[in-house]
Amino acid sequence: MADKHTNLIVSSAPHVCNPADTATIMRDVVIALIPALAVAIYVFGFRALLMTAVCAAACVFFEWAVRKIMGRENTIGDWSAVVTGVILAFNLPVNMPIWMAVIGCFIAIVVVKQIFGGLGQNFANPAIVGRIALFIGFATPMTTWAVTEKMSQAIINNAGVDAVTGATPLAMLNAGAAELPSNLEMFLGTINGSMGEISACALLIGGIYLVVRKVISPAIPVSFIATVAVLAAVMGYDPIFQVCAGGVMLGAIFMATDYVTSPITTKGRIIFGIGCGIFTMLIRAFASYPEGVSFAILLMNILTPHIDSITRSKLNGVPKKGGAEK
Amino acid sequence: MKKNKLQILTNGIIKENPVLVLVLGTCPTLAISTQAINGIGMGACVIVVLTCSNIIISALKRIIPDTVRIPCYITVIATFVTIVQLVLKAYAPSLDKALGVYIPLIVVNCIILGRAEAFANKNSVIDSALDGIGMGLGYTLTATVMACIRELLGSGTLFGAPVTANLFSPFTILIMAPGGFFVFGCLIALVNRITKGKVKDKRANKCIGCPGAEFCSDVNKEGGCDNK
Repeated sequence: MADKHTNLIVSSAPHVCNPADTATIMRDVVIALIPALAVAIYVFGFRALLMTAVCAAACVFFEWAVRKIMGRENTIGDWSAVVTGVILAFNLPVNMPIWMAVIGCFIAIVVVKQIFGGLGQNFANPAIVGRIALFIGFATPMTTWAVTEKMSQAIINNAGVDAVTGATPLAMLNAGAAELPSNLEMFLGTINGSMGEISACALLIGGIYLVVRKVISPAIPVSFIATVAVLAAVMGYDPIFQVCAGGVMLGAIFMATDYVTSPITTKGRIIFGIGCGIFTMLIRAFASYPEGVSFAILLMNILTPHIDSITRSKLNGVPKKGGAEK
Repeated sequence: MKKNKLQILTNGIIKENPVLVLVLGTCPTLAISTQAINGIGMGACVIVVLTCSNIIISALKRIIPDTVRIPCYITVIATFVTIVQLVLKAYAPSLDKALGVYIPLIVVNCIILGRAEAFANKNSVIDSALDGIGMGLGYTLTATVMACIRELLGSGTLFGAPVTANLFSPFTILIMAPGGFFVFGCLIALVNRITKGKVKDKRANKCIGCPGAEFCSDVNKEGGCDNK
């Protein structure tokens, strides 16, 4: 008799289930990153794949090792370490020494994520902090960009005939170079820069996939990119160039949308995106660094709890002030 | 709570280490611990100032009125800091330059004021002198260990001599502020592990919120101390 009624068991709410869990979401993010990886391999060659694989493996290893040492349950099955590793690799120049990339993975996974309590407890996006620590700690290798034949003519011309390294479009703009890559080249990604950042087109494809799969909400990417474009126009830059250059696309679609470190409500997400855009353009226009996406996202990560508390949605039937608060 | 002389001397080294357990004087420690030699130099200055001011304050504890004790302590401390700074300027100008503003800032260093308030104020001259030396050694040890780690990893040298600097490029973020906080946190974790967090547990009674609770001898009494 008992087994006849097994589907009548009453459990506590919520009753509507969705098979999505951390692992499926993170797998979707990895899938969405594949187009950008393909462009990176096309432009920079095999080493791009090697760097990405090493970073992903190192992140998974550190996640496993630190959880083991701390006596916590193993969480490498949720794929979040893989995503961190791939995104961190995308933020690095292709000819970065491997051991430096591994240090970045250590900072991202151990220092930023696991010391604060693991996935869900980190105050900032691990990949962003890993990138910033490497950028400040190893300034020269982090800003030495290899030139390959697949790149746009403007980059190769600026790098000089025999040079093996050249500037990124933003660094060229900062230095006042006469000839910049065209907007089409910027969009397709035959330009110089960090591995995964170069192709706005490939990142957009990944972003659309994530939005269609409902993994991310478009609020942050759209408000981030729109703010960059509007501010660029106001400041007298070319908006399309500014949006396609540097880490805006990668940051807006894959890093700013991290669940843990971005606001919960749509209103909060729009504030978050606008803030990222403002800081990015302020750093690009007025600071000594050519690029400011990672610093902008880190700053907004830190502000996220405050954004969440000021944009908390109001409950129906609760008095406006006082009373129900306590 | 009477302690023997040796205990007073060794207390400051690990068990009540002023930087890592009492978490006093963090700012100068983080700021100067970029080179090992700075750690030792700063530590020596702190030992001198702390010991001398502890002795004087302990000797004057019956004369100084309670209501104006902090200004009196500051005056005593500032006197010794001035002496130390003038000596440094005369005999070790390069160290004076490296430590810069952090020498005059010893005046407001929480370790010295904290020990005056928490120890010299209540104990005999000899005990206070021993406490000053012990706490000063604890500070020196911490600052030097921190500085060694940061200098070795952040610039690849140790006491100015290249160690790994030519082998691979050093991770310069460690000699900047974020690296300082990171090493600081790691050392606190290490000391907590050694002392098994015993010192922290003291705060679990009525003295929560009192910054002196961690090193206060009244902390285990019913109702805590009378410093409200």
